[in-house]
Amino acid sequence: MALSEKEIEHVAILARLEISAAEKTRFGKELGQILDYVEKIKGLDTSRVDPTASVLGDEDVFREDAVRLFPGAAALLDNAPDKEGPFFKVKKVVE
Amino acid sequence: MSPEIFETVIGLEVHIQLGTESKLFCACSARSFGAAANSNVCPVCTGQPGALPALNRRAVQLAIRAALALDCRVAPRSVFARKNYFYPDLPKGYQISQFEHPYGLGGALEIEADGRVKKINLERIHMEEDAGKLMHDIGGEKLDGSLVDLNRAGVPLIEIVSKPDLGAPAEAYQYLTTLKTVLQYVEVSKCDMEKGEMRCDANVSLRPKENHGGRLGVKVEVKNLNSFKAVQSALEYEIERQAKVLGSGGRVAQETRLWDADLRQTRCMRSKEEAHDYRYFPEPDLPPLAISAKWVEEVRAELPELPQARRRRLREEYGLSAYDIGVLTAQRALADYFERGMRSQTPPPSAKLLSNWITTELLGRLNAGNLEVAQSPVSTENLAALTALIENGSISGKMAKEVFGRMWSTGRAAGDIVAEAGLSQVSDDGLLRQWIETAIRENEKAAADVRGGKTRAVAAIVGAVMRESRGKANPAKVNQLILEILK
Ligand SMILES: [Zn+2]
Repeated sequence: MALSEKEIEHVAILARLEISAAEKTRFGKELGQILDYVEKIKGLDTSRVDPTASVLGDEDVFREDAVRLFPGAAALLDNAPDKEGPFFKVKKVVE
Repeated sequence: MSPEIFETVIGLEVHIQLGTESKLFCACSARSFGAAANSNVCPVCTGQPGALPALNRRAVQLAIRAALALDCRVAPRSVFARKNYFYPDLPKGYQISQFEHPYGLGGALEIEADGRVKKINLERIHMEEDAGKLMHDIGGEKLDGSLVDLNRAGVPLIEIVSKPDLGAPAEAYQYLTTLKTVLQYVEVSKCDMEKGEMRCDANVSLRPKENHGGRLGVKVEVKNLNSFKAVQSALEYEIERQAKVLGSGGRVAQETRLWDADLRQTRCMRSKEEAHDYRYFPEPDLPPLAISAKWVEEVRAELPELPQARRRRLREEYGLSAYDIGVLTAQRALADYFERGMRSQTPPPSAKLLSNWITTELLGRLNAGNLEVAQSPVSTENLAALTALIENGSISGKMAKEVFGRMWSTGRAAGDIVAEAGLSQVSDDGLLRQWIETAIRENEKAAADVRGGKTRAVAAIVGAVMRESRGKANPAKVNQLILEILK
């Protein structure tokens, strides 16, 4: 079942996407198809299967707690779209 | 309707920085307070494409320790999740947190409220990374944009979520104080609020008393609480505000409010309708976190004595007053200082005397100088030795204060200072008798009174001896000798 225009608008706002009216209809239909497929999968009996949270396997991989400063911190700043002094600069945010 | 017909329901969410050296998922320093902006960042914590998180083992260990100290069950398997939202202090566009499967479940903290013990239950504890810092102006100067410092981004945190078991702002205050003490004790965190190592958000709602135990009222979240006092004041304000709204037949809006410490009021930050929809999902770059029972037991084995147990032991072992115990155990370092001092002398000094000196003179000077116990220029061995000198009558309490002052400024041992300055109290009969005879000659009337049975007149003669000896005479001994001589 296609997603409603309102649902699509909500998701678009969350994803910071600007989409046209035509796209709303198209995405509503396409996402609806995907969700229908998920519904179909849900019909399977998974009562004896653990939920998959990861495909990496259950091995813990740890890093020891040691500081190693990254030498290219300044380059990270230089790569940013905008900066001021030692800061990344973004559009004004008011909370 | 008056506020008295409502009961208050408060729940707290406390963020604690885990005391690691490095960040949660990268090798940048976790202690960059005061460092130059963005000097402590790398591809992982700035969210560069392709950078992968690697979990800090020590952070998990400290998180387990916090859970155990709070009587919380450690889940054998927990899952990191992405909490998605857009904000410039969050470079990846998501925060790695735990959602459906946190590592810590349940737990409780006992607090003292109104002189009785109350158990505050916990909902959960989860691990997450901190965000960066956003600045809107520099020293009051308005900017045309906002500035971002990512030094803090990726610093390891735990979030401790209480059940709505707190019934008053004062209980919230007590809960935070107790929580801080416990976490400092077990060295999970220094909990320095000024450095952002401990932060608190509060949820508060009111419901008519007749509904006690029933459905909760509409909940308001209060943020920007920068001190325990701010938590208490903000809650007091919010309770009054909500009571007014409800009392006049209105409806409390479910919203997030900011505490303004200057105006001493809360104001709406965002209402629930605009609240973020975080679309949590399991973090694909990290495997589920498996914490074995063996690991939990290892952490439990190295858990130090908790404050409550220590308070009980200090009472039983040393017979200290509830007040002294309260002051000593408020900081683990202070209680350690006391107990090390007790063990440093043979025979041990008077516990009451040592504890007195610690809670008054030492703590007074430490607080005045804004110093930690570890920075005290007077070592515990030296302070214990000083109290021993008082006990055996070598110096008077008054002299001891002077000696302590010199110990503080020089860091030297009490005995050395006493010997060098000739401060040692004189108990030698010969010298004392000399001073007394002079004093009797100069105070004939008092002497006659004493001879006549008015023993209280002896005070004048003792005073004269003390002046003559510049305070070095042992007053008890002088008193006794005068009475002997004038018998
Ligand atoms: Zn980093």
